[in-house]
Amino acid sequence: MSKKAISKKPILKRQWKNWHLETDEDDIVWLHFDKAESSTNVFSADVFVEFFEVLDQLSEMNPKGLIILSDKENGFIAGANIEEFTQLESEEQALELIRVGQSAFDKLEALPFPTLSLINGFCLGGGMEMSLACDYRIALDEAKTRLGLPEVLLGIHPGWGGTMRLPRLIGAPAAMDLMLSGRTVSARAAKKMGIVDHIAPQRHLKRAAKILILKRPVIRTAGKIRAIANTGVARPLLAKYLRKQVAKRAPEEHYPAPYALIDLWEKYAGDEKTMLTEEAISVARLMSEGTAKNLVRVFLLQERLKSLGKGVDFQPKHIHVIGAGIMGGDIAAWCALKGLTVTLQDREPKFIAPAIKRAHALFKKRLKVPYLIQAAKDRLIPDLHGTGVKSADVVIEAIIENKEAKQKLFSQIESLLKPDTILATNTSSIPLDELSETLQQPDRLVGIHFFNPVAKMQLVEIVEGKNTSQENKNKAAKFCRCIDRLPLPVKSSPGFLVNRILMPYLMEAVKLLEDGVPAQIIDRAATDFGMPMGPILLADTVGLDICLSVAEILGEALGLNVPEALRKKVEAGEFGVKSGQGFYQYQKGKQVKGKVNANGSDSYSEDIADRLILQMLNESIACLREGVIGDMDMVDVGMIFGTGFAPFRGGPMHYMEHRGRQVIIDRLKELESQYGERFAADKGWQAVG
Amino acid sequence: MASKKSSRTVYIVDGSRSPFLKARGVPGPFTASDLAVNSARQLLARQPFEPAEFDEVILGCIMPGAEEANIARVVALRLGCGKHVPAWTVQRNCASSMQSIDCAAQNIAMGRSELVLAGGSEAMSYAPLLFSKAMATWFGKFSSARDVGSKLKLLSRFRPSLLTPVIGLLKGLSDPVVGLSMGQTAEIVAHRFLITRQAMDAYAVQSHQRLFAAHEQGRLSEIEVLYDSDGKYYEHDDGVRADANIEKLATLKPVFDREFGLVTSANSSQITDGAAWVILASEAAVKKHQLPVLARVVDSEWAGLEPAQMGLGPAHAMAPILKRNKLKIEDVDYWEINEAFAAQVLACVEAWKDSQYCRSELHTRSAIGEIDQARLNVDGGGISLGHPVGASGARIVLHLCHLLEQNNANKGMASLCIGGGQGGAMLLERDSG
Repeated sequence: MSKKAISKKPILKRQWKNWHLETDEDDIVWLHFDKAESSTNVFSADVFVEFFEVLDQLSEMNPKGLIILSDKENGFIAGANIEEFTQLESEEQALELIRVGQSAFDKLEALPFPTLSLINGFCLGGGMEMSLACDYRIALDEAKTRLGLPEVLLGIHPGWGGTMRLPRLIGAPAAMDLMLSGRTVSARAAKKMGIVDHIAPQRHLKRAAKILILKRPVIRTAGKIRAIANTGVARPLLAKYLRKQVAKRAPEEHYPAPYALIDLWEKYAGDEKTMLTEEAISVARLMSEGTAKNLVRVFLLQERLKSLGKGVDFQPKHIHVIGAGIMGGDIAAWCALKGLTVTLQDREPKFIAPAIKRAHALFKKRLKVPYLIQAAKDRLIPDLHGTGVKSADVVIEAIIENKEAKQKLFSQIESLLKPDTILATNTSSIPLDELSETLQQPDRLVGIHFFNPVAKMQLVEIVEGKNTSQENKNKAAKFCRCIDRLPLPVKSSPGFLVNRILMPYLMEAVKLLEDGVPAQIIDRAATDFGMPMGPILLADTVGLDICLSVAEILGEALGLNVPEALRKKVEAGEFGVKSGQGFYQYQKGKQVKGKVNANGSDSYSEDIADRLILQMLNESIACLREGVIGDMDMVDVGMIFGTGFAPFRGGPMHYMEHRGRQVIIDRLKELESQYGERFAADKGWQAVG
Repeated sequence: MASKKSSRTVYIVDGSRSPFLKARGVPGPFTASDLAVNSARQLLARQPFEPAEFDEVILGCIMPGAEEANIARVVALRLGCGKHVPAWTVQRNCASSMQSIDCAAQNIAMGRSELVLAGGSEAMSYAPLLFSKAMATWFGKFSSARDVGSKLKLLSRFRPSLLTPVIGLLKGLSDPVVGLSMGQTAEIVAHRFLITRQAMDAYAVQSHQRLFAAHEQGRLSEIEVLYDSDGKYYEHDDGVRADANIEKLATLKPVFDREFGLVTSANSSQITDGAAWVILASEAAVKKHQLPVLARVVDSEWAGLEPAQMGLGPAHAMAPILKRNKLKIEDVDYWEINEAFAAQVLACVEAWKDSQYCRSELHTRSAIGEIDQARLNVDGGGISLGHPVGASGARIVLHLCHLLEQNNANKGMASLCIGGGQGGAMLLERDSG
């Protein structure tokens, strides 16, 4: 006791803008990361400048150990400051940025005393790479903890040592899987995989960290068996397998990052130093290419949507959904999954039961832990009598697409609503101003238009009618954020934004069919362009009857010609996947693959892709001209998250700019002369600058 | 409720129940807490007050699952009543949820509570299969054996017969004090009051017909539809047999006294899963939230009697209520006597007609009289819809409330016989007009 007291060093504190450190009675340094003027910790240039000073100070102090922790409520470290990526002007500048991070974490790893990363929430990208440079990692055992290296989703791969340190820690197969997919894992999964040494509840976190620093257990690396994959003999074999796996998800010409990562690892994983050098070069190269730039832009646009509704004083707790069909039922399930109490109304149990079944399956798949699944089930309340209307904060109508039926429903429930409840419709085709005609307070009606399947499609169109109040639009956006969806504000006009732009594209695909182009060729042209699914298969999947009814509604409003081939299919009862026969054949929901036209080689004329894509571009311009959507960026983010429009191309408007406005206009003229006036350039093109 | 004068009025303002689902030899789609939660969510959603405004939640249940200790609290939390609403589970065997209503009523009468959610739930199909004591002993020794030698020795003593399960449900439905199954006690009261097999079967047929008619005429609005994870939904009590007829019932073999008995599975209550709830409120709560009143809880009584004749419990519990409230049989508009066994309900009716029994056992001067069967269990009972032990008390009280309302009637009596030799009864009153 007395001996300890004598050797006890005085408590030392030092404060930077983004960091502060403090020693404790055992001479352990607690280094707090608390990025200034930000709710989230990210590594930006100024953070690194200070981090180097911190590291110098630490070398000087030579304490018993170092524990790095976050002072942010929301989590640990989100990664690099992605906005800085957009300011990079050259590959050299990118390389510079990467080398700064690499050398910081090299220095951290080289510290002569034990180091530990105390992960209290998300720990992603650069945050994960910093943690990997520590000797030990302890993660908070809560749902908010997610660990991963999601760089590949931004078109790059880890660049601050992650590609070297993660395989070293957990073996190449698991590490490559994480880095190639960009997926994140829970604290428990991370423990199982060996990414973290321990997981602990909040109450034990700091004590656990201290115990590890004082005990200094052996530093973890991949076991002997796991390490085999990293040997020179095994690498080419695994690399070949990985390339094959990746090719199933993303073609190299569109998404080069995963392939670059596999190359890097295959060639250099034997030597840590070279690996780091080459890692930096590879990332710098990727950063200066189009795909990464476009994906980063999409990421930032997504952040822009996420910020909508911020600061709005509205905290919905109870959602009432009327209509338990596919859309209504799935909206209800999603809201319950996200923690809200939901009453789901329909006329008879037989309409509600299938929705409950789908909801329970969703809860099981997403929540995994029995008590959380049960709580979600308990939050979703079948409601045959509409008792939820009077207490809900948001009422969403999702009954049949029939103006009179919806108006009748609204007049039945309007007087029951709480004064501050928002009344929403999930209509996809009926103008809001018509629906609000019969309301006493037409300003309270707002469109909240989800896409199918609700659990997969992140985008939700927030539709405003002439009378919709700003307050209710804001509340609708906030509601979307509460359930982790992306709100896209659009004006009410036929098809809103996403369906309106998509429909001419689908119709053109059917016209191509009528022109004698095989379906497979049409779909190939679209997927080669980067669409996640060809338009013919998409139409079959959505249901040809639904396509026809939307096309007819939009056709009337927009002067769109509905192709005969589509009408004939529907008349013949061929609705696509659900009926087993559409433009393709299906068995048990799976496409029966036929051979591509025998004499036709795999090649096809450039016209096909342009006919499809330029329809979308032209319609996008029309939407901008009519003010359906605020700006070109919003068109891009809407189409990417609403339809999966080739993200690496940055969206339809970004693609248009990339090819050049005049080029597109000229091309439209050519197509118009060849195929008719449906390709006539919208007059909005003149305004696009 | 002895000190009636100083106590406050207790109201039943609303209630709901699950459909009663016949146990089909395997665990049903819902556990006891699932039944309780899923039958109450809509009930709570339609109230003008928040679930957190209950003063307490009381649930009757005699066989909660292993993970449902103090099942009332589990259910209250799952229903969103919040952490500050206390909840407790009560057991009085077949009358557990009449007990929970009685407890709620007492606390309101005394001024300790304003709003109480009370009910009962039972998943009979989840009754456990238990290891025998011999098996439990063997397993305990095996787990604590330290070395391989003693483990091997114990292994050599293992016999497959050790694995023969003890059926929890049968144990629960037997009286350990007198060594009789519940069905055998029904045989005893049948013998004492000369209830014939024919009378029992006729009563059973009538029970099915009455329940079927109530379903058909849509008079069971108290039922909330249940939905499971497989896309199935449950709207009605599924044990009802519209085609039940006396000829067919006559062919069945007795199940308790197998050789010469009279009680068959068809003239006994069915084994079912179910839950039922009522909301009780004080005068102040009724005013504050402008609650509609279904009925008042006027009086209740618990009686003990010979365990071997437990089926006569209602005769013993209802008699003092009539006396205390100076009521004649004709003053009561509707009677609900839980149909544990046809023999037992009929024996209760006979007992009140029997002046000797009334004098010696119920201490009245003469026979109490005859309950009009047209006013007794008018919409069926345990025989047609089953007797999920913990839930039946709340079901008959709730249904009696609805009967009084539907028929603009004034007084109703609900009663159950209780395994172990007890009876419970409750008098409800409604302002007719």
